[in-house]
Amino acid sequence: MADERRVVIDEVELEVDGSMTLIQACEEAGIEIPRFCYHERLSIAGNCRMCLVEIVGGPPKPAASCAMQVRDLRPGPDGQPPVVKTNSPMVKKAREGVMEFLLINHPLDCPICDQGGECDLQDQAMAYGVDFSRFREAKRASDDLDLGPLVETHMTRCISCTRCVRFTTEVAGASQMGQTGRGEDSEITSYLGETLESNLQGNIIDLCPVGALTSKPYSFTARPWELSKTETIDVMDALGSNIRVDTKGREVMRIMPRNHDGINEEWISDKTRFVWDGLRRQRLDTPYVRENGKLRVATWAEALEKAKSAIIDKKIFGLVGDLVSVEATFALKQLIEALGGSVECRLDQARLPSDNRSAYVGTASIAEIDTAKTIYIIGSNPRNEAPTLNARIRKAWLNGAEVKLIGEPCDLSYEYHHCGTGRKSLKDLIKSETSLAGDQESVVILGQGAIRDEDGLSVLSKVMELAEKTGSKFLNLHTVASRVGALDIGAVADGELSAEIANADVIYNLGADEIELPERVFVIYQGSHGDRGAHNADIIFPAAAYTEENGIFVNTEGRAQLSSRANFAPGEAKENWAIFRALSEELSNNLPFDNLSQLRALLVGLYPNLEQIDEVPLNEWKPLKAGKMLERDFLNVISDFYLTNPIARASSVMAELSAGAKARNNSKVAAE
Amino acid sequence: MLRRLHPDQPESFAFSPENQKWAEAQITKYPEGREASAIIPLLWRAQEQEGWLSRPAIEFVADMLDMAHIRALEVATFYFMFQLQPVGSAAHVQVCGTLSCMLCGAEDLIEVCKEKISPTAHTVSKDGKLSWEEVECLGACANAPMVQIGKDYYEDLSSERFAELIEDLRNGSAPVPGPQNGRFSVEPAIGLTSLLEGEGAGSAVNKSVALAKKFKDTIKKIDGTEANLSVNWEKQ
Repeated sequence: MADERRVVIDEVELEVDGSMTLIQACEEAGIEIPRFCYHERLSIAGNCRMCLVEIVGGPPKPAASCAMQVRDLRPGPDGQPPVVKTNSPMVKKAREGVMEFLLINHPLDCPICDQGGECDLQDQAMAYGVDFSRFREAKRASDDLDLGPLVETHMTRCISCTRCVRFTTEVAGASQMGQTGRGEDSEITSYLGETLESNLQGNIIDLCPVGALTSKPYSFTARPWELSKTETIDVMDALGSNIRVDTKGREVMRIMPRNHDGINEEWISDKTRFVWDGLRRQRLDTPYVRENGKLRVATWAEALEKAKSAIIDKKIFGLVGDLVSVEATFALKQLIEALGGSVECRLDQARLPSDNRSAYVGTASIAEIDTAKTIYIIGSNPRNEAPTLNARIRKAWLNGAEVKLIGEPCDLSYEYHHCGTGRKSLKDLIKSETSLAGDQESVVILGQGAIRDEDGLSVLSKVMELAEKTGSKFLNLHTVASRVGALDIGAVADGELSAEIANADVIYNLGADEIELPERVFVIYQGSHGDRGAHNADIIFPAAAYTEENGIFVNTEGRAQLSSRANFAPGEAKENWAIFRALSEELSNNLPFDNLSQLRALLVGLYPNLEQIDEVPLNEWKPLKAGKMLERDFLNVISDFYLTNPIARASSVMAELSAGAKARNNSKVAAE
Repeated sequence: MLRRLHPDQPESFAFSPENQKWAEAQITKYPEGREASAIIPLLWRAQEQEGWLSRPAIEFVADMLDMAHIRALEVATFYFMFQLQPVGSAAHVQVCGTLSCMLCGAEDLIEVCKEKISPTAHTVSKDGKLSWEEVECLGACANAPMVQIGKDYYEDLSSERFAELIEDLRNGSAPVPGPQNGRFSVEPAIGLTSLLEGEGAGSAVNKSVALAKKFKDTIKKIDGTEANLSVNWEKQ
């Protein structure tokens, strides 16, 4: 903030950074400037002309406030601060003129447009436009694009703001979209009709200020004003992206991002955005019990009774699935430990020490990636494991950061230096790297794929050694939403996972679908979807999915966040904690809470870090003991981005995307 | 005019060895990391070589400059000087249709084109030798109406003279460019009214016509073998 400038905006004098644009300065002054093409997180295009303002003493024409910097304004003759007017007759006339031009080719089909009710053009035409048009000629006709199964296009509505082009090239790193032709014939298009190849493409629906790009799965199903909006947290990856769930009645109609500068900025991945149709399919809406090898519908009383007789005096072991909240994990842990068993959350066998938060969470916050000059990625494909985090790494790369990857080579949407594929390369890297000069920051990002083998702890300690040697912050990039919270409350067993499962008579499976269980054990499955876990269960307790209950989730950087209930679970399904409470009563071993607030009070009493909502606590750096590493390559955790959890597997949109991605990969191999 | 790629595309494109060398030298004119700035000269050279820009040509140039294909397509579709459809093998006739030329009979010239070449612009004639289009002002208003063929201007045209020119082109010769009604250059049509002492002095044709006669490159396609195209910015 070295270059402070004084400027008068509509008689308000304020001091702003000279490198700010006028539109930002106006926002500082509390004045809203209408805009279409300008977006804080994208480059400046300056082509919609809606943000025109008058500069007193400047050129005798209005200036585009998004493209002009405060420092470019000329002071008055006696050195008075420059004066900008946003409500003068000139500005009013300019806005009316621009609006008339924008509406020349716009079809005005608002009654049949999905954007109706949340359309920038609609709102701004009402606020700044005029009620007539002098255009008597025929409107432009245009061809609609096929951008794939997610984004529906109505190109007649397009006002050529190029936000979608800028987003896909700058943030998503996909190079299919562009604007071809010129003048009236300019068109937003994808290269020769290619569909979009990015797992962030859904964001262009939000970016589009008109109804040219709308959501295909959501199309013509609801109007924005009839939706109830609930602000909550996403669980599709471990970032804890902030989302808004829009519901109509019992149904989730769509999922939108919320802005959180520290996590997802204002983007979300396609899996987060379009997974909602999975919340309606394959749902477990009533308890089941297995009789004569077949599952049959049961009542709660029956199922609880049966569970009781199965559990009593048996060796029980609990599994914490990928999508469960801290409260549910805590209730499971309380219940199982009261029965003398133990629980485990590290179902992918990641060797994470639950007593060392600097190892299983790390010391870096997600936002620190932005300013890093060197980013080390070990055993991870962040594009699949956390797409919005990958967009951040891309942003850092665009600002000149160097990315170094050890692991499977993959397309990350930016260039990186591939330092090798396995443990040997990690050792070499530690030898060759030194810390950056001065106060330049660096970040080490560790994927779960690197620490799943027997030598996981040794790899983890080596990676931490790399962070220590290079003076880097360390970020343990998890892939499942429940993991950090479960580790925070110590939901881990002492023994090896396979040994614990082999020793157990009864397994209490809380929504774990990514794990194979032996045939002989008795399995109680509690979850929301009839997926792998439910198929070989002996008793099924139907439970709420992530939009259907309140909960705490701790994301991969250790930030605890509250998710809220947006709709109700279907049929007989109950909230997770309530099922544990009911079962404990059946076992005459009541859990010490009768509602969620009592549970939470107990929880934060034991684990105070969960009370610091939306804060990233500092973790004391505790290096791990070095061990011997195997000679092996790192393999990534996620093979199919679109089908990583039961909700996504129940979604037909995700299935289509997965099939499309597979076909694309195959054709790429064939072409090579 | 909606500018899209032509439906019939050739299989592949490659610069001739000389043009390739030239193109690589062009790229070195721009700072490292800004190679994409060479997009217009390279696309232009590709068009000089083939007569028009095909999809393989656009992709070839984009790959050469390490740009996304869509970025090159954006440039190629933006500028009207890039022909996105095949042009006549002998010549592509560009008829000026802007104000001065129109007042002096450009519409008659267009009628000639429709009759002698093809009924619609941007369409190759039946024999494949010629094509035409109407363009905006070419800056030779004093000699209206005029057309540009290849690299030279043919000025002060009448329909009859223009029809003869087209036949000449069809027969493989390049007529002498410049004013076609005996004018020297841009003096008044009724003869000089001032600076009379200069009249008749010097050569029979004006300088630009003389150059065109010397080089004879009116409708020649640049293939890189021309003299004095060496590049002194090439890093040795």
